[in-house]
Amino acid sequence: MVIKKFMHITKELVEHLAKLALLELTEEEVTRYTRELDSLIGYFEKLNELNTTHIEPTYQVVPEAIVFREDSVQESFKREEWLKVVPQQEEGAIKVPKIIDVG
Amino acid sequence: MTSYEAVIGLEVHAQLKTKSKIFCGCSTEFNAKENENTCPVCTGMPGSLPVLNKKAVEFALKMAMATQCTIHEKSIFARKNYFYPDLPKGYQISQYDKPLAVQGKVGKVRIHRIHMEEDAGKNIHGTVSSYVNLNRAGIPLIEIVSEPDMRSSQEAGEYLRELRSMLRYLDICDGNMEEGSFRCDVNISIRPLTQKEYGTRAEIKNINSFRFVEKAIEYEIERQKEVLESGKRVVQETRLWDSEKNQTFSMRSKEEAHDYRYFPDPDLLPLQIPNTWIEDVKKSIPELGAQKKERFMNQYGLTEYDAGLLVQEKELAQYFEEVVQICQQPKLASNWILSELLRETTATQIAASPISSKHLGELIKLIQKGTISGKIAKTIFEKMWNSGQSPKTIVEKEGLVQVSDENVIRQWVEEVLKNNQKFVDEYRAGRTKLLGFFVGEIMKKSQGKANPATIHEILKKKLDSKGE
Repeated sequence: MVIKKFMHITKELVEHLAKLALLELTEEEVTRYTRELDSLIGYFEKLNELNTTHIEPTYQVVPEAIVFREDSVQESFKREEWLKVVPQQEEGAIKVPKIIDVG
Repeated sequence: MTSYEAVIGLEVHAQLKTKSKIFCGCSTEFNAKENENTCPVCTGMPGSLPVLNKKAVEFALKMAMATQCTIHEKSIFARKNYFYPDLPKGYQISQYDKPLAVQGKVGKVRIHRIHMEEDAGKNIHGTVSSYVNLNRAGIPLIEIVSEPDMRSSQEAGEYLRELRSMLRYLDICDGNMEEGSFRCDVNISIRPLTQKEYGTRAEIKNINSFRFVEKAIEYEIERQKEVLESGKRVVQETRLWDSEKNQTFSMRSKEEAHDYRYFPDPDLLPLQIPNTWIEDVKKSIPELGAQKKERFMNQYGLTEYDAGLLVQEKELAQYFEEVVQICQQPKLASNWILSELLRETTATQIAASPISSKHLGELIKLIQKGTISGKIAKTIFEKMWNSGQSPKTIVEKEGLVQVSDENVIRQWVEEVLKNNQKFVDEYRAGRTKLLGFFVGEIMKKSQGKANPATIHEILKKKLDSKGE
């Protein structure tokens, strides 16, 4: 039976996750989340006590297979209506702060 | 000096030609107004749920079969998490550890995997702001990942053209690189010929033509060579192709962590492909370009080169076979299509050609029967192109029937000889090269209609019998 070492949430991991989620966290928040997430993950540790070596991974708890739709075009949003909920738009395109990704 | 070889693998994204998106009923129309084809599902509104488009799966299965992949009876849709304004949900629905199909083959190149995913939206970058259009978000894609089996830009180009041809023959993707419905990323490294391990690779993105893919690879091989020769190391990074400067450049994105935290999408159940479905799809797969080429060479005796050109587009191959059906002259048909017709139009536009396959077949038949000369045929071809009329109509209307009547031709020959007595003397004195000149003059006199064989025969007789 393989039991993985208890996973600890570290300050570095929280900072990494914050970066991936594009969140800016204060020093206090990082400390707090580290503590809270660390105690949360402890609950899942209970599962690691089970031997799952010969059990197929569960991707879904619903037993049925996927359902399909036929390839037919359905009515979309009313363009003018939904563009009203967009914070800023120009000629129908959603205006966002300049995206910089090319050096 | 060390000799190097390149190791190249390609990732191709092909947009599937469904009418609606992969997980919602929005149209996939390319020329729609900004954000016109959007709904709660493809804009990631809370509470909306994706429902898989059956046609998209069928199309993906076709490609998986055409590339001889093993199809997974059960595959899983996963969420690929990253934040970018073209991705409203904050994740792209893709397939990760259980893709639709694996381990296929296209020519000499092994296919690593084919999986299904949704496309992202499109960003346009202004000076101060960027603009997001989500029409493309949710358009079905297949990603075809090759093994690193190519060693040169030429091999990569051949593989890409073959893939594109397959997609078009299967009628599941239009293969338009400029419009982005067929996109290619290149993974490339080099290694000394004596080395077994792969070198460090660079990934080149955003290349929108076959020619640019080849050029980018050639540039990258030289660049990596220089890096190694100067004692430095190749950095693993993403680079972009600049088609104006003809070079790749580093994206220099800020240590962007490729940490997508994939996990199975709880909104989508496993995709199960029963055997009966596989059998049905298998039956619908047509003869593909490579097989057709082989058949054209065997059945019609065409050269590999000509057969290759004729099968480049399904419509062209079909046109060719229709012409042959009528004239029974495969080589002539191939020549007329490749050297005359394709000068006026392109392989993809062939169905819209004003010269129908039936008319071209009839034209070739007229040449074969000797009704018209090859030279006149070209004139008629031009008139057919401009008017869309049948060759028979043009021949009759313009009186372009080839003249083989010996009496008529003899008269033309005699006139030409009489008007060029000086040259006739020179010819008889031994300047036999003048024969061509006489033929040309007689042809001109006949307005191109005289049968060249008959001219030759009569002319030689006249010139060689000194008595007259």
